Amino acid sequence: MRQPPVVEGSGGRKAGPPVVEALGVTKVYRLDGVEVRALDGVDLVVERSDSMAIMGPSGSGKSTLLGLLGGLDRPTSGTLRFDGSDVTGLSEDELAAVRNRVVGFVFQNFQLLPRTPAVANVGLPLVYRGLGRNERRRLATDALTSVGLGHRLQHRPSQLSGGEQQRVAIARALVSDPAMLLADEPTGNLDSRSGEEVLELLARLHGERGLAVVVVTHDPGVAARFRRQVTLRDGRLVDEKEPAR
Amino acid sequence: MNTFEAIRVAWEALRANKLRSGLTMLGVVIGVASVVLLVSIGSGARDEVTSGVESLGSNILFVAPGNLSFGSAPAVSRLGLEDVRRIGDAIGDPRRVAATVASGEVARVGTRRATVNVQGTTDTVPLVFDRTVSRGAFFTAADVETRRRVAVLGADPADSLFPGRDPVGKSLTVGGVRFRVVGVMSRVGTAFGVARDAELFVPVTAAQRLFGVSRVDGIAVKAPTTDQIDEEQAIIREVVTRAHPEQEYQVLTQEDILGVVGRILGILTLVLASIAGISLVVGGVGVMNIMLVSVSERTREIGLRKAVGARTRDVLRQFLLEAVALTVSGGVVGILLGIGAALLVGRFSPIPAAITGWSVALAFGVSVAVGVFFGVWPARTAARMQPIMALRYE
Repeated sequence: MRQPPVVEGSGGRKAGPPVVEALGVTKVYRLDGVEVRALDGVDLVVERSDSMAIMGPSGSGKSTLLGLLGGLDRPTSGTLRFDGSDVTGLSEDELAAVRNRVVGFVFQNFQLLPRTPAVANVGLPLVYRGLGRNERRRLATDALTSVGLGHRLQHRPSQLSGGEQQRVAIARALVSDPAMLLADEPTGNLDSRSGEEVLELLARLHGERGLAVVVVTHDPGVAARFRRQVTLRDGRLVDEKEPAR
Repeated sequence: MNTFEAIRVAWEALRANKLRSGLTMLGVVIGVASVVLLVSIGSGARDEVTSGVESLGSNILFVAPGNLSFGSAPAVSRLGLEDVRRIGDAIGDPRRVAATVASGEVARVGTRRATVNVQGTTDTVPLVFDRTVSRGAFFTAADVETRRRVAVLGADPADSLFPGRDPVGKSLTVGGVRFRVVGVMSRVGTAFGVARDAELFVPVTAAQRLFGVSRVDGIAVKAPTTDQIDEEQAIIREVVTRAHPEQEYQVLTQEDILGVVGRILGILTLVLASIAGISLVVGGVGVMNIMLVSVSERTREIGLRKAVGARTRDVLRQFLLEAVALTVSGGVVGILLGIGAALLVGRFSPIPAAITGWSVALAFGVSVAVGVFFGVWPARTAARMQPIMALRYE
């Protein structure tokens, strides 16, 4: 059996501050009057061109951590920095700009707009960057071509296979040229072959473009393909494996 | 996101749910159409009254008992022919004063009958009201003086009582009294919904005996020029007040009458438009309802848009524009429908309808406002969603 390719860092490309730094980050939710401590003092730094898998059982805070790393949410306490600037100092609009420029999201259930052609789905982040239609179309076409879907521009999500839909979603994450891809169980809704294609695509993008790739997964087989593997349990980081260089 | 792009997105969202958008729009369509139609009818009524008052002649002053205002009961006149004389003396020209006492009666010629508005008047009517006769002549001051039973026929009863014949010289009876026709009035058309061609003019003295009264209902004075209206109004007021200290009289210009009638019709138009406005509000509530459903259905889309960089105001604008697109398209359809209905009403019914630019502009403005007003809340609900929660919404 062919050895799965290990996602390798492009090595030494570390210009500027880390993409995201979480220092002593805590997130507390209030559900029906009960406080739920989803994250409890987590320290985690995602460097430029990093490659990381976040593991842990369900309810361990993986998705909460991913939401914070992607700027979808703010910590209850602790420090969270994007490109060196603290989120507590960022307005909602500035945080939206961080999501637009720094982060590319890939979701388990793809989150594509129905009845909308692939090229428009991919161009969506550029809408909020104020780019015109032609420019969006050009960049979206490039992104779709780079994930191998240059022939599916006008297809709607319902006309695409699961694997293709996830590749459209990856193209959407790429189109804004982010520093980091955040993927939440990106293979969770795919058959093993499509999942394999998606993982290979992520590895290639990491290798070719020096993108930091952070994946949340409960599958050790998926996690093993990333350079760093961190494990969460009950909102705390309990374990980090980093292969010797 | 620029505005053009936002409008395109809003339009596509509405097209994605054609039936639902159409039904929601229907409420606004009905509301706007009825506003346009009812305001047209109100304006049409006002136009007709205005042209009716103006067609009475120019520079005319009316003396009438009571206080002419909205809601006051009509008072019985105590004016008499001596007042006509007094006013004529005061303004120095009795030919510019006309008096009338009127009643609806049936005129008969043989077996033919016609309902006529018998106007007992002085001989000065042609001069004061700018009326002309097409045949024969109007009766004279001597006819009035001697209470002669002569009559001048309006164009309609002339046709119906004397078909194909010249009525001049023939006779007719009103209330069993025989009158000889001396003239036929020129056709003038309808005013206030009153067929003025159905009039039958007789000397005021003869009419008073026919009706068994000694009063006149009203006196009209034609001022020589527009500039002298105010001056003569003051003279007449003084004469009438001195002669009848016990009763209140009004001396009104055509403008005064138009002002009062205009106010009444203005209130009427407002009431009609308000009733139509209620249906517009109901339509707006429908828009709000469907927008809340839409926001809820598209929670994940909102989460996604925020995740890829949409700001709060981008989402707000998107949903607000969707609501406004709904009401504006409904408004445009409603305006066209209302105009169409007003044209049909004006053409095929006795109700006058005049489409006014301002009512169309108002209806359009109101449909935008309804969209904004009823769209804000759903749009804010959407804009305030936490992206992480919205993305997980099932």
